[in-house]
Amino acid sequence: MKILVTVKRVPDPEQKVKLKGGVVDLTGMNFVVNPFDEYAVEAALRLTENAATSKHTGEVVVLSIGPKEASQQIRSCLAMGADRGIHITGNDDELDSEQVARLVAAVYAKEQPDLLLMGKQTVDGDNNQAAQLAAGYLGLPQACFACNVDLAADKKSITVGREVDAGVEFKKLPLPSVVTVDLRIVLPRAVKNNETPDTHKYAEGPRYASLKGIMQAKKKKIDAMDAAALGVSLAPRVKLNAIEAPPERQAGVKVESVDELIDKLQNEAKVL
Amino acid sequence: MGSVLIVCEQKDGKLRSPTLNAITFGKKMAEVTGGSLLALVIGSGIGDAANEAAKYGVTKVIAVDDGGLARYMAETYAPVVVSVAKAQGADVVGATATTFGKDLMPRVAALLEAGMASDIAEVAGPKTFKRPMVAGNVIGVVEITTPVAVVTVRQTEFDAAQPGGSAPVENAAAGALDALGAEVLKLEEVANTRPDLSEAKVVVSGGRGMKSADNFKHLETLTDLLGGALGATRAACDAGMVPNDLQVGQTGKVVAPDLYIAIGISGAIQHLAGMKSSKVIVAINKDEEAPIFQVADYGLVGKWEDTLPTLIEKVKAIKG
Repeated sequence: MKILVTVKRVPDPEQKVKLKGGVVDLTGMNFVVNPFDEYAVEAALRLTENAATSKHTGEVVVLSIGPKEASQQIRSCLAMGADRGIHITGNDDELDSEQVARLVAAVYAKEQPDLLLMGKQTVDGDNNQAAQLAAGYLGLPQACFACNVDLAADKKSITVGREVDAGVEFKKLPLPSVVTVDLRIVLPRAVKNNETPDTHKYAEGPRYASLKGIMQAKKKKIDAMDAAALGVSLAPRVKLNAIEAPPERQAGVKVESVDELIDKLQNEAKVL
Repeated sequence: MGSVLIVCEQKDGKLRSPTLNAITFGKKMAEVTGGSLLALVIGSGIGDAANEAAKYGVTKVIAVDDGGLARYMAETYAPVVVSVAKAQGADVVGATATTFGKDLMPRVAALLEAGMASDIAEVAGPKTFKRPMVAGNVIGVVEITTPVAVVTVRQTEFDAAQPGGSAPVENAAAGALDALGAEVLKLEEVANTRPDLSEAKVVVSGGRGMKSADNFKHLETLTDLLGGALGATRAACDAGMVPNDLQVGQTGKVVAPDLYIAIGISGAIQHLAGMKSSKVIVAINKDEEAPIFQVADYGLVGKWEDTLPTLIEKVKAIKG
């Protein structure tokens, strides 16, 4: 089984974001793999291994679109265990979701994976569009916001538990198809692939790269591609005209006791 | 001038209330573009939902009622939205950014070859919208350059439409449906006796500071006394204290209740982005430097273990 996973280089979401001259000030920022994408890589690795025998049974290809520094994020996914990388160099700040989806679709067409696996959204753009757009362009079925994935024994279909407002919806998709992952996909028993025994309990969260993994990652291949070579024209459909500071909320008062709190809520805010 | 088409969400033939916020967006949009406002209801046996949608001041409701559309699937619903949008000459197609809207609308945009703005907070022009980005740290002003704009709207930033008027309901054919081999097997609903997080007047949320799933029972007690909904931070969900569907934040649910009570929550940026539009925010945290106090109207510095039992007793006395 071959899985194409997309990863974006994003500013570390734990850092405070500052605006300077109408743009996000990236000076001194750390960059990380978009957390939902890292979860997608973990899910892809779980789908392509037998965790009991530590045997890797498929191929995981990591795709990133971004500046040259994004190769670091690709390497870190290779160190986790992915097999090879594809790096489309470009200034991703200037790309809208549609362009990203076109590029992903073009790589999909070239690679012909069994599954396109993506994070449900990036934590910088927060668009939550690219996977659904790519599925639309490719005419593939989609399952977004996956909290569990079950690969059929014949590897011809998957059943995906989707986080929806009412609960969890189970959707069966033939392969190839497009899946985006949500937080719970990295729980110990969220991914089943009929190779790893169902009794196996993964450590929660994405795996850490081992020293061996880090060494091996240095030798793994990262193919460079560009939009022109993929035949994708890059005229944006959505322009980011300006960035503004959000409305500030003023800090209120500190109360000394529960009694004072109750009094304020009843008599001042009138919400009790 | 083209029309504004709002894709309504229904469940078991009933209109889901987040749709009403998208209708308010549609009214604003129609004022800006000068077009008519259409509501589209898709499903099987949806007469009631269509009649309900007709009561909120739209120009017309279009109902696509077909046995093959009984279960929502992006694969079958997106082409229906696209064919109605084309037939009606819609130049804006919108829906509320629920999991339904988030899943469906980008696929609609792909099929319409249209630009899309996600989770918008404000209409700033015929094709220009304001939307929170980077976990709500900044507001992006985005302009769609294609003839048709596809939009999902942040529910908390648009009021629910009020009843008024009655619009005709027109039926449209679904056409050939192709699920591309996909199939919805079942929906495991979360048994919830409380109001929906995104609709509750009161939300009581706990964070990592609650330490365990067991301790959330105290929050449940307070929640139920206040008739509210229970929420949690991503950290608490990640730690397995509560299910992920309780997550409040930029990557979870965005809420704006009359009263938001944050307990054991430090106030990570991505959590604040999901609740800072609440009318009144109360924070209880042992760390007086916690960022949550910067957005709280009323802050109480102290361990929840010491303060929560008293708070529960006092609220019980008031509500009892």
